[in-house]
Amino acid sequence: MGGLQIPLEHVLVLATLLFTAGLIGLMVRRNIIFILMSLEVMLNAAALVFVAAGAHWGQADGQIMLMLILTVAAAEVSVGLGLVLQIQRRFHSLDMDNANRLRG
Amino acid sequence: MMMETLFYIAAFVALFATLQALSRSNAIHALIYLIVSLLAVATMFFLMGAPFAAALEIVIYAGAIMVLFVFVIMMLNLGESGDLRERQWLQPKIWIVPAILASILLLELIAVEREFDGLTSGREVPPKEVGLALFGPYVLAVEIASLLLLAGLVGAYHLGRRFMDRNRGGRG
Repeated sequence: MGGLQIPLEHVLVLATLLFTAGLIGLMVRRNIIFILMSLEVMLNAAALVFVAAGAHWGQADGQIMLMLILTVAAAEVSVGLGLVLQIQRRFHSLDMDNANRLRG
Repeated sequence: MMMETLFYIAAFVALFATLQALSRSNAIHALIYLIVSLLAVATMFFLMGAPFAAALEIVIYAGAIMVLFVFVIMMLNLGESGDLRERQWLQPKIWIVPAILASILLLELIAVEREFDGLTSGREVPPKEVGLALFGPYVLAVEIASLLLLAGLVGAYHLGRRFMDRNRGGRG
C-alpha cells in the first residue's frame, strides 16, 4: 500500500508550528544572525511539507522540491552572511534597526 | 505502531530544538540547537521513506550551511577574548541538552535499522527514482538552480571581498 501511515495532517501541523516559530523569531529578534536562522527554519518547514506530500503519494517530486529549496537556502544564506559582514563593518553592531534607512 | 511513535518523538525533538534555538541569546548556542533540529527533520525524512532527502538535509543543511554560520560568527569575533569565551561555550550545561536530543535521534536510527524493516511510508522512494525525475522532466529546474547558485557565489564574493580589503587596509 502507498501513503504515509501517520496522518498527513499531523505532519502539516508540525510544519505549521515550525514555520510559525520561524516567523515569530523573524519578527521578534533584532540580531541579523538570528533573523537568518529564522529564515532557515521557515524554509525547512516548507521542505518538510514537500517531502511529506511526496511520501504520501509515493512520488519523487517532493524530494526534488527539497533539493530546489536547499539551493535557494544556500544562495540566500551566502548573500545574507556577506551582508552581515558589511553591516558589522559599517555599524559595528548586528542590530537590524541600525540598517533601516536606505541611505547609510 | 512503533514507527509512528519514533516519528512523533523525532517531531517533538525538532520542535523543542527549534524553539530553543530561536530563544537563545548566544548565537553559537542557538546554532547547536538548530543543528539538532535539522538532524531531527532528517530523521523524519528517513522515517517517511525518503533516505536521499535525509542525506541531503544532513550534508547540505547541517553540514555546509551551518558551517557558514559558524565561520561568520568566528570572523565577527564578538565580545571578550577568545580563551574565556571558548571555556564558556564548553560548559556542560550548554551542550548536555543538545547531546541528549541528538542521542535520542541516534537511538531511533539504530532501532529502525535493527528491529523494524518497514518505514512509516508504505513505499520508499529510492534515490534512483529521484535522479531519474531530476534529470528527466525537471532538468530545466536543475539549470535554473545552478544559475541561482552562481548568482549567490558572485554576490557573496562581492560582499565578502570588500570586507576583507577594508579590514586589511584598516590594520596595515
